Amino acid sequence: MSPIADLLSTDHIHCDALFADAEEATAERDWAAAGRIFADFRGAMDRHLAAEEDTLFPAFEARTGMRGGPTQVMRAEHEQMRGLLEQMQTAVERHNDAAYLGLAETLLMLMRQHNMKEEQILYPLSDQALGDDAALVGTLDQTLHPA
Amino acid sequence: MSQAGLAFEQAPPLGAPLRLFLIAPWFLVIAALAAIPSAGDWTAGRWTPAALGLTHLLTLGFLDTVMAGALLQMLPVLIGSPLPQVRPVAWLAYGGLGLGSPLLAAGLALGRPPLLDAGLLALAVAWLPFLVAGAVSLARAPAVAAATRAGMRHAWLGLALTVGLGLYLGGGLAGLWPLASPVEFTRLHAAWGLLGWLLMLVVGVAYQVVPMLQLTPPYPAPMTRWLASLLLALLAAYSAQTFLIEHATADLAGWLGFGAAIAWFAFATLRLQNRRRRRLPDTTLDFWRLAMACLWLAVLFAPLALFAPEPWRDPSQVVLGLVFIVGFAVSVVAGMLYKIVPFLAWFHLQAQTGARAGTIPNMKEMIPDAAARRHLMLHLAALLLVLPAPFLPAWLSAPGLLLLAASGYVLWRNLDQARRLFLQYGGRLD
Repeated sequence: MSPIADLLSTDHIHCDALFADAEEATAERDWAAAGRIFADFRGAMDRHLAAEEDTLFPAFEARTGMRGGPTQVMRAEHEQMRGLLEQMQTAVERHNDAAYLGLAETLLMLMRQHNMKEEQILYPLSDQALGDDAALVGTLDQTLHPA
Repeated sequence: MSQAGLAFEQAPPLGAPLRLFLIAPWFLVIAALAAIPSAGDWTAGRWTPAALGLTHLLTLGFLDTVMAGALLQMLPVLIGSPLPQVRPVAWLAYGGLGLGSPLLAAGLALGRPPLLDAGLLALAVAWLPFLVAGAVSLARAPAVAAATRAGMRHAWLGLALTVGLGLYLGGGLAGLWPLASPVEFTRLHAAWGLLGWLLMLVVGVAYQVVPMLQLTPPYPAPMTRWLASLLLALLAAYSAQTFLIEHATADLAGWLGFGAAIAWFAFATLRLQNRRRRRLPDTTLDFWRLAMACLWLAVLFAPLALFAPEPWRDPSQVVLGLVFIVGFAVSVVAGMLYKIVPFLAWFHLQAQTGARAGTIPNMKEMIPDAAARRHLMLHLAALLLVLPAPFLPAWLSAPGLLLLAASGYVLWRNLDQARRLFLQYGGRLD
């Protein structure tokens, strides 16, 4: 049983798919679609980062006593992602495909190496420490998939 | 609970891998240029002094130097376990490979024992600490990243055996001790170096980076579970056969086994890449596809190199070496550098300066697509011209080798542009 890893890893795949669609629409300079899909992508990212920062990380820190280590690094990389997403928003609004594609390439590398660390290390450890906490898993699910 | 698995922040400073990445292309340039006057020699067979020297310039000087740098950086991410003492280990690898590769290559090509001695000493200084640090990192890796961890462990064994056999053979050539079974141990040194270390590492890394870079589905489960172990078992069987049965029979069994494993891996990789979510043109993707095509070519061409009648066999073996080393390995390594270097430059710059995105160069500004693609085109043209060289008059290899040297220079200039931008925007290498 690995409910936390399953839930959050599946959401990574969902975010990746929206990322790819937004990037493709931008490369084709289909700005109406790009704006719409990018908004979906950014919304999904915001929910994912919020689920981790507001629910998973505090519970993980409280249960394991590890405050300065992995979750701090994850939070710092989340901030780097938010910075890139902000600039990508500007690039979509200004119809600047070159800027968007350079930022998107950077975000993808940041995001995927970050996800790798989460999926290989942090989520399995979270499941070991917190996997039986049904309320926590329920809160994560609701944050990722609001009604 | 493993604490070592959580030390995400213990990645080395940018300078540690970058210094290695920036000297490596020069060994490609030197190898290509040195191959022009010695073409009459190395095209004749893989055992010629020139071929041995050039092979080590390419494998140690270019491939291993990049792979060592990449591992310093990637082990914490790929298997969740950093290298202990990463700064001194990186400096020793830099100095040891930087000096040892050309010294050993010159010693082999010119047959000078003092150069061999010095080269072997420098290489031991590079590899032994790296192997010890790698062993500690792998032993501490948490159990979760199983497939990649298994690939890395097998690759570690491949490197350890390659280095051990290399020191034994090199010391024997330099007259430090008598060599028993030099032909057999040289076969094993080459097999473990090219398949047990190089290919094994590419396989282990591919499981992670191919899906990561192009948003492909994951590799099929039977492959991630069995391929690395299958390669290891094949290498063990091949090693035993080399001492027990006729070499021609060992070669046939080796070709069937390794050929099937390699073809399977290359096919699976190309198939995944065809099913990628990310459809935009990408230079790294094209380098990988070229590399996988060269793996197929190596498998198809190997029978000629192993079983053709005498006048054809020697040049065919040189072609096989070129396909595998320049066609497969150099292409994969170059493709990876075009993702790793611009990303690390951006990542460290952002983390160090706290700059808002948009005020520092993004990955495609660190190294523009067009610049990377120029390298790909030069590399491809060089490869096409150099591959038939062993069957042609020696002077005809010169144009391809000049293009290969140019490709090495363009790679260096592209990587160095990322370094210059990093410094210009206030980044610190250490």
